[in-house]
Amino acid sequence: MIKITKKNIEKKLLEAIKKAETELPKDVVKALEKAKIKEKGLAKIQLEAILENVKIASKESIPMCQDTGIMTFHIEAGTEFKYLVDLKKMLSNAVKKATEEIPLRPNAVDPFTGKNSGNNLGRNIPHITWELTSGKECTIHIIPKGGGSENMSALWMLNPGKGFVESKKLIVEHIVNAGGKPCPPTIVGIGIGGGSDICLALAKKALLRKIGERHSEKHVAKMEEELLELINKSGVGPMGIGGKTTVLDVHIEYAHRHPASFPLGLVLQCWADRRKTIKFTKNGSIKVI
Amino acid sequence: MKKIQLQTPLSIKDIKNLSVGDTVFLSGKLFTARDQTHKKMLELKKKGKKIPFNPNEMALFHCGPVVRKEKNKWVIISAGPTTSIRMENYESEFLSTFGVRMIIGKGGMGEQTLKALKKTGAIYTHFTGGAGALAAKSIKKVENVYFLKELGIPEAAWILTVANFGPLIVTMDAKGNSFYTHLEKERRKNLEKINKMIEKN
Repeated sequence: MIKITKKNIEKKLLEAIKKAETELPKDVVKALEKAKIKEKGLAKIQLEAILENVKIASKESIPMCQDTGIMTFHIEAGTEFKYLVDLKKMLSNAVKKATEEIPLRPNAVDPFTGKNSGNNLGRNIPHITWELTSGKECTIHIIPKGGGSENMSALWMLNPGKGFVESKKLIVEHIVNAGGKPCPPTIVGIGIGGGSDICLALAKKALLRKIGERHSEKHVAKMEEELLELINKSGVGPMGIGGKTTVLDVHIEYAHRHPASFPLGLVLQCWADRRKTIKFTKNGSIKVI
Repeated sequence: MKKIQLQTPLSIKDIKNLSVGDTVFLSGKLFTARDQTHKKMLELKKKGKKIPFNPNEMALFHCGPVVRKEKNKWVIISAGPTTSIRMENYESEFLSTFGVRMIIGKGGMGEQTLKALKKTGAIYTHFTGGAGALAAKSIKKVENVYFLKELGIPEAAWILTVANFGPLIVTMDAKGNSFYTHLEKERRKNLEKINKMIEKN
């Protein structure tokens, strides 16, 4: 058992970031392998290159993609977790260290001066989403988010009367227009309701789910499956080169909406769906999952 | 669909008969350039200043790599292509100014570049996006780096020697054909069908 100490937390954070950058989660690898069997010609060549790339990255412990992303953290933090107030600083330290040691590409640029900070730290970066829970446990989800897929995010404030039919059309059309840019096969995160910022935050949260993991409510799960099928009829295909696999999965999260609003947020994650979770249990141990 | 080995420096003869859908493996020299580097190089040229390397002898790679300095030498750790359409504003002028014969990127480029490829005699090839570790495997040496201090690691011009770099798919050829035009038509047709399905449900 690895005890929760300041030193161990920093060590494990660094390990988790490295694993996130170099090892693609098994559910994603499986989905890509399944897609490879279905595809032929140029689409198959793309998936073969992706899978070969994943193998090399994992074997040699190097980042699977040169865009090592902007480091984002989603934290479910128990209010009694001993290191709660230190976490922000620890995460920044881990990102800085990871940038030197793995190494990562420095991806934090001052929008005004155009200057790259050189260590992936900067104003409001890395970004942390906090969710407070009770107890001593703490879970940190690490998501390095690439720029190519992030650039294809979208927000629509729809007329509630048109709601779902229009939503589905807009989502499919958006992914068709994005073509190869977000590095398909992608994973689609959709947020419905709340407000403009809330639906996009929900869309991003939806990306934490594993491939094949459906929403707990049946009607939402049904819409996920319907969209998955519809989008894959578009022919965009792996890397936009044409084919049957445009997306690996669709995940939806929702919030209640204002009667006058129907906010719809969309976030795409590239095939390099990098995520790693680090858990601090109530028994005082650290696990990297 | 052919499978071809190419070696830089490339001549018009090397690339003019290649067609959309052909697969290329490249050996020789590349330089990386993203939007800031395109802008910078065109500005230098306009001011009559010298470009510190000869782009004409190399392939242009849309890429911002992960690098590390080991014993005073730069090593490329991961180096897949970046989204090419970001360079659309600069590319036609870039091609005619520097006489580059081959572009490596992802996602394809627009009408302006397609015209310039035909006019200047060059091809656009697609490398699998995100396949940074696979690309790094065939990068044998970092020859040099320019604009590093000014533009930072991702935007700097990295001069690389590669062996059997690929698979690179020709998606825009020197004859005016674009794989993306054909794909786009298919997609629009599919989209119409999908919209009808959505309305029916």
